[in-house]
Amino acid sequence: MKKNKSLLLSAPYILWMLLFTLIPLGVMGYYAFTDPDTGRFTFSNITDLSAYLPTLGISAWYSLLSAVICLILGYPVAYFIAHRKPVTQKILYMLVMLPMCMSFLLRTLAWVGILETNGILNNLLGLVGIGPVEMIGTSGAVILGMVYNYLPYMILPLYAIIVKIDGRLIEAAEDLGCNSRQVFTRVVFPLSMPGIISGLTMVFVPAVSTFYISQKLGGAETMLIGDVIEKQFKTSHNPNLGAALSLLLMLLVLGCTNMMSRFGGDEDGEGGVVV
Amino acid sequence: MSKELIRLQNLTMEFDGEKVLDGINLYFNDKEFLTLLGPSGCGKTTTLRIIGGFQNPTSGDVLFDGKRINDVPPYERQINTVFQRYALFPHLDVYDNIAFGLKVAKLPKDEIHQRVHEILEVVGLKGYDHRSVDSLSGGQQQRVAIARALVNRPKVLLLDEPLAALDLRLRKDMQNELKRIQQAMGITFIYVTHDQEEALSMSDTVVVMDKGRIQQVGRPEDIYNEPKNAFVADFIGESNILDGIMLADYKVKFFGRTFKCLDAGFAPNEPVDVVIRPEDIDFVPPEEGHLVGTVTSVTFKGLNYDIIVDFKGFKWLIQTTDFQGVGSTVGIRLNPEDIHIMHKSAYSGLFGDYSSYSAEYDELTEDAADEEE
Repeated sequence: MKKNKSLLLSAPYILWMLLFTLIPLGVMGYYAFTDPDTGRFTFSNITDLSAYLPTLGISAWYSLLSAVICLILGYPVAYFIAHRKPVTQKILYMLVMLPMCMSFLLRTLAWVGILETNGILNNLLGLVGIGPVEMIGTSGAVILGMVYNYLPYMILPLYAIIVKIDGRLIEAAEDLGCNSRQVFTRVVFPLSMPGIISGLTMVFVPAVSTFYISQKLGGAETMLIGDVIEKQFKTSHNPNLGAALSLLLMLLVLGCTNMMSRFGGDEDGEGGVVV
Repeated sequence: MSKELIRLQNLTMEFDGEKVLDGINLYFNDKEFLTLLGPSGCGKTTTLRIIGGFQNPTSGDVLFDGKRINDVPPYERQINTVFQRYALFPHLDVYDNIAFGLKVAKLPKDEIHQRVHEILEVVGLKGYDHRSVDSLSGGQQQRVAIARALVNRPKVLLLDEPLAALDLRLRKDMQNELKRIQQAMGITFIYVTHDQEEALSMSDTVVVMDKGRIQQVGRPEDIYNEPKNAFVADFIGESNILDGIMLADYKVKFFGRTFKCLDAGFAPNEPVDVVIRPEDIDFVPPEEGHLVGTVTSVTFKGLNYDIIVDFKGFKWLIQTTDFQGVGSTVGIRLNPEDIHIMHKSAYSGLFGDYSSYSAEYDELTEDAADEEE
């Protein structure tokens, strides 16, 4: 009776997963291993992947770089918020969340207007006699876009972990001879590790598969794996290769998250990787 | 005893305009076991935190070895703390928790190794080096916390209600253990507790505090036998406190009768508080008694009976092994050494009446004190 009830309650989710995750995954697998013309089983899509490994490498590199920049920018912010009064914490937390309430596409598009050769930033620079500086279409712009869009995903898990660090542990460290720098390196930072792992993962995963940011902010030469996949489906009409590329990307993401959570070594799973 | 190590001069502490400490003057001797005792909110933990350097007094000075240390941060003081509920580092194992202070001090590896193992033996945790602190019981975590502080060989160890989270039996064991460690290592212990029994059984000196003020300082025996005011008399053990008049030296009048006592030095006819400990009272047949009353309640306590006797509307607590049934008429005799006289104070009239006695009085006061942060 009880078992039936819980099955009934979870049925919508199971159905949803089946329809929109498992079946599409199967379809993707099928496409990845079939020939686009004959529909026969083939490994040629997989062997073709080697040509795209450099693109995958660049995507992974940019995403990793963005994740690290987010960490460097986000950690002090999270630390700052966590050490305010509860009311201030709530307000600051909302401010971090606020950009996420606006469309991702709009936010990225806004950066085009800022970075363009005759955009806002270059106009300002022109006033002081500099430029115009070529900003749009560079890899820097792509990384900027990633950092900008995914920074909240770094700050929020970090904040959640740092705010829970027991103040008495910090006093204990001071008591045992730590100055404020040592308190940070020996206690606060190690204890924020679950948040760091979680934040890095939550920035890296969406960044590595993005195509919109690189399309709008990157030039023709900054082609990321997301763009390649999109192209296979929309312009090159080669869904089979696109499916194979998607599988490859999935493997990369799974491999990375697995490695990260292992690196975190957090048995109680508190604040662990949320993907 | 021995030389003075720490002195608190006129310490005052205010939080949001509320006085938590009000003119604390106190000194601590080297190698002494001193306990700050008082109910929740009396300022004992604040005093400890000021000595540790975690809080700055609003006014007044902290002297260590004669030097003012108000502005010395905690990490530069030769003082270590055992925190309430331990505050062990969850990301480190037992060994690294204990070695923490030594590693910060950048001691050579083999010396760290040797000292950690020495202290593990002292606290009875040999072989626990690489256990995670989460896997330890409360008593074991407590020992790690003590070891982590002691391994640095501080001059002073501060202990903030270190046994509050342990069950009764373990608490008794740890009391003996702490006393043994303190004597073996020759370190000054400053101990904070709300448990009067703990304070009396462990300390060389007890400081009773209430409302941010020191009420009495003394050896445990003196605090118990010669309480200075009604608060101390009531907080340390149980007391019947009565209004009396000191007719002359060694002569006190209460309940319309004159009794001999051992106290002197009061003004003639000075109104006083008279303390009579419940365990000092013996029953006699009514016709032989100084006072005669009626038993209104009897509670079996194991070691003794708690008997409430109504004397002319004033209820006394009497602790005796001598059973008396409810409703029976009893007499009592008071010998001079059973009577202790105190000057009147702000606490007069607030304590020492058992009219609202309930058998749960112990538990009630303890629960209230447990709420202290």
